[in-house]
Amino acid sequence: MEKKFYVSGSPHIQTADSIPRIMYTVILTLVPAGIGAVYFFGLRALLIVIVAMISAVVTEAVAQAMMKRPLRISDGSALLTGLLVGYNVPVSVPLWMPAVGSLFAIAVGKMVFGGLGYNPMNPALLGRSFLLASWPTHMTIFRSAIPRGGTISGIDIMTEATPLNILKNSQVILKNPNDYTAEQLAQASDAIGKLYDSIDTLFIGRIGGCLGETSVVLLLIGASYLMYKRYIGWKIPFTYIGTVALLSWIFGGTAGLFSGNPLFHVLSGGLILGAFYMATDMVTTPITFKGRILFGIGCGVITVVIRQIGGYPEGVSYSILLMNLVTPLLDRWTRPKVFGGRTA
Amino acid sequence: MGLLNHSFSGGIHPPDFKKDTAFKSSVTCSPPPEVVIPVQQHIGAPSKPIVEKGANVSIGDPISESQGFVSVPAHASVSGTVKAVAARPHPFGTSELSVVIENDGENRWRDDVEYDEQYGKLGTKEILERIQRAGLAGMGGAAFPTHVKLSPPPNKKIDTLILNGAECEPYLTSDHRLMLEEPEKILKGMEILVKVLGAKTAAIGIENNKPDAVKIMRQTINKLKLPYRVYALHVKYPQGAEKQLIKSVVNRRVPAGGLPMDVGCVVQNVGTAAAVYDAVAYKKPLVERVVTVTGEGISESKNVRVPIGTSFQHLFEFCGGMTEGAGKIIMGGPMMGLAQSSLEAPVIKGTSGLVVFTEKQSHRQLEKPCISCAHCVDSCPMKLMPKMIGLLVQHERFDQLEDYHVLDCIECGSCAFVCPARINLVHLIKYGKAKVLQKQKQAG
Repeated sequence: MEKKFYVSGSPHIQTADSIPRIMYTVILTLVPAGIGAVYFFGLRALLIVIVAMISAVVTEAVAQAMMKRPLRISDGSALLTGLLVGYNVPVSVPLWMPAVGSLFAIAVGKMVFGGLGYNPMNPALLGRSFLLASWPTHMTIFRSAIPRGGTISGIDIMTEATPLNILKNSQVILKNPNDYTAEQLAQASDAIGKLYDSIDTLFIGRIGGCLGETSVVLLLIGASYLMYKRYIGWKIPFTYIGTVALLSWIFGGTAGLFSGNPLFHVLSGGLILGAFYMATDMVTTPITFKGRILFGIGCGVITVVIRQIGGYPEGVSYSILLMNLVTPLLDRWTRPKVFGGRTA
Repeated sequence: MGLLNHSFSGGIHPPDFKKDTAFKSSVTCSPPPEVVIPVQQHIGAPSKPIVEKGANVSIGDPISESQGFVSVPAHASVSGTVKAVAARPHPFGTSELSVVIENDGENRWRDDVEYDEQYGKLGTKEILERIQRAGLAGMGGAAFPTHVKLSPPPNKKIDTLILNGAECEPYLTSDHRLMLEEPEKILKGMEILVKVLGAKTAAIGIENNKPDAVKIMRQTINKLKLPYRVYALHVKYPQGAEKQLIKSVVNRRVPAGGLPMDVGCVVQNVGTAAAVYDAVAYKKPLVERVVTVTGEGISESKNVRVPIGTSFQHLFEFCGGMTEGAGKIIMGGPMMGLAQSSLEAPVIKGTSGLVVFTEKQSHRQLEKPCISCAHCVDSCPMKLMPKMIGLLVQHERFDQLEDYHVLDCIECGSCAFVCPARINLVHLIKYGKAKVLQKQKQAG
């Protein structure tokens, strides 16, 4: 019998990159931040992350079985979502919370829409927002890195707050001088000064906050590898961070316009984690060049609006979720001009 | 050069797999026992056989004639007797009318194939006649009749001729070897092309992973005192695609839906240029070409000069035979080449290479859901959105495809190459194109 050959369509070669490779690489680049979390917050941090990851994977497996779909938990996407849910809670939460957060993130944030590739919103952020809305007190107790020598340039840790919390509270005091004593006003000014001086602490992460968001330097190490591998681009993180810096500089100060501290705002809160790891989630962000730029700018604007005017000190999660919803429209509006095409 | 080079947006960087054959001089294939010459090896109307079973032919004798303007004749590539004029396996996967010639082993050429000293005095009309009569078609792979490409309508003024020495497909090295081994022939062919087109400038684009070819072409240009320029292009697939080549060499964009002549350019493969010289100066028809036979599934990879119509079987035997685990034969390069089902199929005018893959290399992975990574959008050299086109085709929304410029896809395969979800984007896009064209035909 004549030898048979494989006959398939072109191309006949493909990149070695695959979905699991992308997912696991992203997980790997988040490990430094995780080690930092354990260093600053203790072994409980590791427990929280493990619980979140297990819950995510189990939820996906059960959902896929219920939907009579092939089991695809080995592609790493649920594991990554679980990891990010874990990174988005404070260390003091009861262990059932990351479990519930992951369950919600996977079941409602992803599986309900059809699984990987079909969800409109970032599942980890959806999980976090669910936790924040349902158990706000648990989600806003931030134990600072006390055992590791953490005061923020001498500010008392009795408030157990994040730098943005402290900034917001202090700015509220300064904006309403008639409601406070002279001593409180002085303390508020002093606090802001000390915060602005603590850039290095913010960079390293010896501050209060959620598990994975505090250490900027460790996050940046991971993010640079991802950018080198082109698993995340530069457009969204840089436009997002740039917009936050610019608008915080203009509107973020208490001494009128252009008195804000852009560096402080960029390094605080979940911005670095959000800009490099959440706002770059492939499924929920635009696929066009201009679309990505607009996405980054949009996230930046909403983040600053929430931080300055909104009730929360932190706006990253909501800004990304809101921009996720606008993504299909951005893709429609920013279709690239075909090579050799005329401008309409 | 270097940083000042133009390039095109998008594109990919597959590994080039050329080191197996880039340094091997072309060798002549052992004489095949028979050749199978299809009447259709080119884009356009098939040619019509003019010989019958039993006819005695010499190398270069026409065995079929053009049908209409966009058509070229075919010629005997071996001397011998016509065994049959019947359907035979064709590399396009079908069975096509072919002229089968049994090789008498005498290697007897036709009488009138000899050097014409006066060829420089030929007018455009005569040159084009010789080119068509020689059966020339684009040897880069697409096999578009050369005389047609060299006859743009009078309202399209051509000012630039570009020779395509990019050879951007992985594995292929036949153009590379041709530039190293016969640079003068290529350049003399280039002169003829410039004359026919009335072009003011001419250039050769060569990817700079072939520095030896760049050097030798430049040296030969200097030696022959020709005013042509060699561009050492940034290595990126698909640099050898016409529109992208024009963009990188003269920085002009062919209008969407248009042709190179719309921006005053004509592009020809270096192999075609050499064949033009043979056709015009020697009245030698296209009867042989250099084919890169390579891949992990062939025992001895080589660049082989082989008569048109030689079966893949014979060619592979000349290269030590396929290995035990051979699983796939690709005619052309791995990005755009056609997978073959029969070893009986023959080498045709556009067969630039035969890449043999092992079984293991031939396995395709399962398709996963699209994760909108946008690698396809980033890599598309025509700035399309392959993801969207693929999605629309899957949902049979053919009505929306023209909004996404589906007809401008050059089917280079960059999108499917980079897709981490292994989605068959080129397949989906080709299907979408066919549907749109069908609808246009019905409407118009």
